[in-house]
Amino acid sequence: MTSKILVTENLTVSFDGFKALKNLNFSLEPGELRVVIGPNGAGKTTFLDVITGKVQPTSGRILFKGQNLRRQTEEQISRLGIGRKFQTPRVYLNLTCWQNLELSYHARKSVWGTLFPRPPRDERRHLGHLLEIIGLVPQAQSRAALLSHGEKQRLEIGMLVAQSPNLLLVDEPVAGLTDEETGKVGELLLTLAETHSILVIEHDMEFVRQIARQVTVLHEGTILCEGTIEQVQADPRVIEVYLGQPQE
Amino acid sequence: MLNLRLSRPKALLLEVGVVFLLVLATVFGVPPLLTAAGQAYRINLLGRFLALAIAALGVDLIWGFTGLLSLGQGIFFALGGYSLAMHLQLQIPTGQLPDFFSLYGVSQLPWFWYPYYSFGFTLAAVVLLPALTAALLGYLVFRNRIRGVYFAILTQAALIVFFNFFNGQQKLINGTNGLKTDTTELFGQLVSSQPIQSAFYTCTVVLVAVAYFLCRWLTSGRFGRILVAVRDDETRLRFSGYNPTGFKVVVFAIAAALVGVAGALYTVQSGIITPDAMSIAFSIDMVIWVAVGGRGTLVGAILGALLVEFARNNLSDQFPEFWLFLQGALFLLVVTVLPGGVIGWVRTWRIFPPPTVTTYPSLEVDLEPEDDQQDSRD
Repeated sequence: MTSKILVTENLTVSFDGFKALKNLNFSLEPGELRVVIGPNGAGKTTFLDVITGKVQPTSGRILFKGQNLRRQTEEQISRLGIGRKFQTPRVYLNLTCWQNLELSYHARKSVWGTLFPRPPRDERRHLGHLLEIIGLVPQAQSRAALLSHGEKQRLEIGMLVAQSPNLLLVDEPVAGLTDEETGKVGELLLTLAETHSILVIEHDMEFVRQIARQVTVLHEGTILCEGTIEQVQADPRVIEVYLGQPQE
Repeated sequence: MLNLRLSRPKALLLEVGVVFLLVLATVFGVPPLLTAAGQAYRINLLGRFLALAIAALGVDLIWGFTGLLSLGQGIFFALGGYSLAMHLQLQIPTGQLPDFFSLYGVSQLPWFWYPYYSFGFTLAAVVLLPALTAALLGYLVFRNRIRGVYFAILTQAALIVFFNFFNGQQKLINGTNGLKTDTTELFGQLVSSQPIQSAFYTCTVVLVAVAYFLCRWLTSGRFGRILVAVRDDETRLRFSGYNPTGFKVVVFAIAAALVGVAGALYTVQSGIITPDAMSIAFSIDMVIWVAVGGRGTLVGAILGALLVEFARNNLSDQFPEFWLFLQGALFLLVVTVLPGGVIGWVRTWRIFPPPTVTTYPSLEVDLEPEDDQQDSRD
């Protein structure tokens, strides 16, 4: 149990009586790339909110590397090693790509540490390498506001990686992207999966097929089933609630 | 436009040089010129408005860069002003009380006046009293994640509380009449006398430059980028592992210290501080200076304060009825037509030749990224 990187036990989140998550029992192995799918309103984004401390669980608990995350603030959880990418890309628009990464990478995140920074010697090399991975070297000195939607998505993923987290939580990374950009993001996630545990929330089944090994299907706040993409797609319950809809 | 990377040493040297020359010109050049033109009274006005420019720098720091719209900066202005005025009021033979106390039958100096006998304490209080008040207020507000318009309303409410307190306490600080400084003495000379006023003028000019460089330092490095990040997406910053509360408290306290210094310098040059320094309109004026000059530019804050206040001074002499309308119109104009303020407008003149650019030091850093962008687009 403790070897798992992320475990939720009987996790329930309710908003004014509405249960967005119901007794959710979920676990993720270190180094795993897991995709969570589910129809609208299944509780996918709430699931990320509760892990990252944006909302508090009504009952149940979340263990990250065996440590209970209850009552921790967003920034504390982030420093423990959980990075989150939002559904719509959220980067700092008035900073350059480089500054966005630098800000995320910065090790001393206190007021004093930013007023009198002592950047580690390998910072430039590390961030340069990261820019190569996310394919934004030419845009390094551009303001993030000038990037395309796809570039912002990749920049935000880069910012996550810069934090050097153990677990990446990625919320719909390919929403609104062209097929080509989707392919790039997919490759990027597969590269990152070699060194990180990743939890991806996604709608786009084509994309899920590209990256998924293990898939978890959420429905009305609970886990409907888990398995490989083939197993999940063959499951009659999944077909009924999700895949059977015309969008597939 | 808010790309504030640390400029190269050369650009920094240039900026320091330009500011140094401006300081020299304002200290040694402007007073004789104005005297020769028969407008010596404007030296005092310039000194007062330059003091207000320091306050504007503080507002730019919290509003322009960090996105904290405070409508309560008058509190800190008054705390700085009253601190210095209390010290000056105490420059009387020992055993005597400042005159106004006798009006209310007070025979014992209130306890909190005693430390103000010390000049050192007073100087520290001018800076630290506003800063600590702001830090406390800021900590309570920011820790509870009160932001945006709620923060603005809260600061205004705090302003009204402070105003009413100062206004009502005749027996402590002379209430609505305020404290006069022009009839008091400093170093054995009347505060309103020429040499002392000249000293305050010089002091003000130098402190504008000091405040400018303090703000430049704060806004150009990593700390400055965090401020911009707080303004643009504070929630995201938490997920990057930063706690915005500390940054906001620190920057709010620094801004309050600047406004406090401004209040002290303004008080001694205008001769009096009253609770009117905490009127709602005056705190909004501070925001207007920055909006007119250009948010997040620092130079714009200084220019905005000088422009608006000189315009007010000239126009309200001629059309006393109309100034408020004009001020409202000015604000509307800036918000609708010139959202970048004067500095933002100047920046749209692409024809601006480089030598002239050096007059506006913050332009210097902005030219670089755009060049880079063009390169990267190729």
